[in-house]
Amino acid sequence: MASKPSSSDTVVDAGKRDFISMTASTLTIAGAACAAWPLLDSLRPAADVRAMASTEVDISNIPVGEGLTVMWRGKPVFIKHRTAQEIAEAEAANLAELPDPQADKDRVKKPEWLVLVGICTHLGCVPTGQKSTEARGDYKGWFCPCHGSQYDTSGRIRKGPAPTNMPVPPYTFINDKTIRIG
Amino acid sequence: MLAPDSKPAGKGVIAWIDHRLPIFTFMNHELNEYPTPRNLNYFWNFGSLSGVMLMIMIISGIVLATHYTGNTQMAFQSVERIMRDVNGGWLIRYIHANGASMFFIVVFVHMFRGLYYGSYKPPREVLWGLGVLILLLMMATAFMGYVLPWGQMSFWGATVITNLFSAIPWIGEDLVTWLWGGFSVDNPTLTRFFALHYLMPFLILGVVVLHLIALHRFGSNNPLGIDIKEKKDSIPFHPYYTIKDLFGLAVFLLVFAGFIFYQPNYLGHPDNYTPANPMVTPAHIVPEWYFLPFYAILRAFTLNIHIPFTDIMLIDAKLGGVICMFGAVMVLFFLPALDKHPVRSAKFRPYYRPFFWLFAIVCVILGYVGSQPPEGNMVIIGQICTAWYFIHFLVVLPVLSRIEPVKSLPHSISAPVLQQPARA
Repeated sequence: MASKPSSSDTVVDAGKRDFISMTASTLTIAGAACAAWPLLDSLRPAADVRAMASTEVDISNIPVGEGLTVMWRGKPVFIKHRTAQEIAEAEAANLAELPDPQADKDRVKKPEWLVLVGICTHLGCVPTGQKSTEARGDYKGWFCPCHGSQYDTSGRIRKGPAPTNMPVPPYTFINDKTIRIG
Repeated sequence: MLAPDSKPAGKGVIAWIDHRLPIFTFMNHELNEYPTPRNLNYFWNFGSLSGVMLMIMIISGIVLATHYTGNTQMAFQSVERIMRDVNGGWLIRYIHANGASMFFIVVFVHMFRGLYYGSYKPPREVLWGLGVLILLLMMATAFMGYVLPWGQMSFWGATVITNLFSAIPWIGEDLVTWLWGGFSVDNPTLTRFFALHYLMPFLILGVVVLHLIALHRFGSNNPLGIDIKEKKDSIPFHPYYTIKDLFGLAVFLLVFAGFIFYQPNYLGHPDNYTPANPMVTPAHIVPEWYFLPFYAILRAFTLNIHIPFTDIMLIDAKLGGVICMFGAVMVLFFLPALDKHPVRSAKFRPYYRPFFWLFAIVCVILGYVGSQPPEGNMVIIGQICTAWYFIHFLVVLPVLSRIEPVKSLPHSISAPVLQQPARA
């Protein structure tokens, strides 16, 4: 029996079709994103990499005025045994002149020991200045050979393209001779 | 669907296949009878040379990958083993290492030819854009390839370049950790760079196919920059340009062989023959020569931009440099929109021509500045040239589009040739 088609059979509801297309495309994109997530997530640091989190260091052999560089999370960490003059200079710096103002006392646990992630905050080079024979720049701390950033005796940026001070990693004194970084 | 009057190519088996897969018709159409302007000069060789270099890089690279080990403990040794123990390994590696430089020089000439003769102008804007995309992919591929030997420059180049992304506000640090797969450039970084370095040439190949489809839509531009109007303006691609391309290829291969056999390390850096050491930065990190202009632009930005009269930083020097460096490539995508002058070829643009050469010189100076330590005069020269690089695109070209008079162009490609008085 052929009935006369009603208007709802012949008239296209454009709004309804747009809604169906849009929900279908949205769900397709959401599905693709869900499928991509585990693949992209797998590129983040793996469990074994994250497990290499802490390092214990014997600091008793570092003479005053010299530094020791140790590896922590694939990065060099500077442990500096500062001289009295270096401590005085770091504490005397006028904070208003610093590009990234931070007081020296906020960067150390014991004034004679400065611990830094030894990576220039500009583009990740390792600054020189750990040995007293190396270039230390105008502020007698560290000097980055890549693009000329200069750090003071507290590891704070003083001159050059680096935007921030060299960061202080989390560390604790286990005893007077040993620190644990991380 | 086939047009009703199209005849399959060849006879017998060829015709049978061609009827079902018109590959022979396609090849005949695009490589044999393909109408090409009769007046192309030798600068038009550099497109096919780029294609040849891509194939040389893919083939030599696949062979190298069969001998290479993508592990931080073994990568450097495996490359030295290729150099000393693998039969002919030194040759294949020198072809691949110098091939990267050759690929870039050929592509740079190809691009400057496009800039001079206005090959990016309508209707070839998409063709140009695909070319810029190829350049971007090439840069990424070359950068990751240079990391694989795991020498000092590999490691520190990778560190500096991946750290560029840390300049991105808010997500930068997490993004870099994700790129590295760790807390520094290390084994996870090397393995993923190897995988991507193997993948990306095939992406380039795909974009090259699109580049060729876009090219064959309207055919090659030419030194006069005017369209083909009549039959005698063009000649078949084969044998005229196949033979010209092959002659140019022979000359080019002589230069390439000269590097491979006589100066294989001239374009490299000696520090990359020192194994990677995360604890010691080389005194002077430089990228490969083809990145030097972009490296100079990266380092040119030394000012922090603040909201006026406050301490609130909008863009620090590091982010500014990164934006400039990526912007230097990105601005090329917008070239067809920036240069709206109706005349294509610089031959008929007396105002544009000196600016073209000035721009070329600025690029060379930027390359030199990028190779020097960032001290003294080099900083200011780099800043002036970086400024001019952007002024050329963002100011000079739009202004010339408005003020440069449109000269009368030759009637056709063949007219200047055929109207010359016969020589006695």
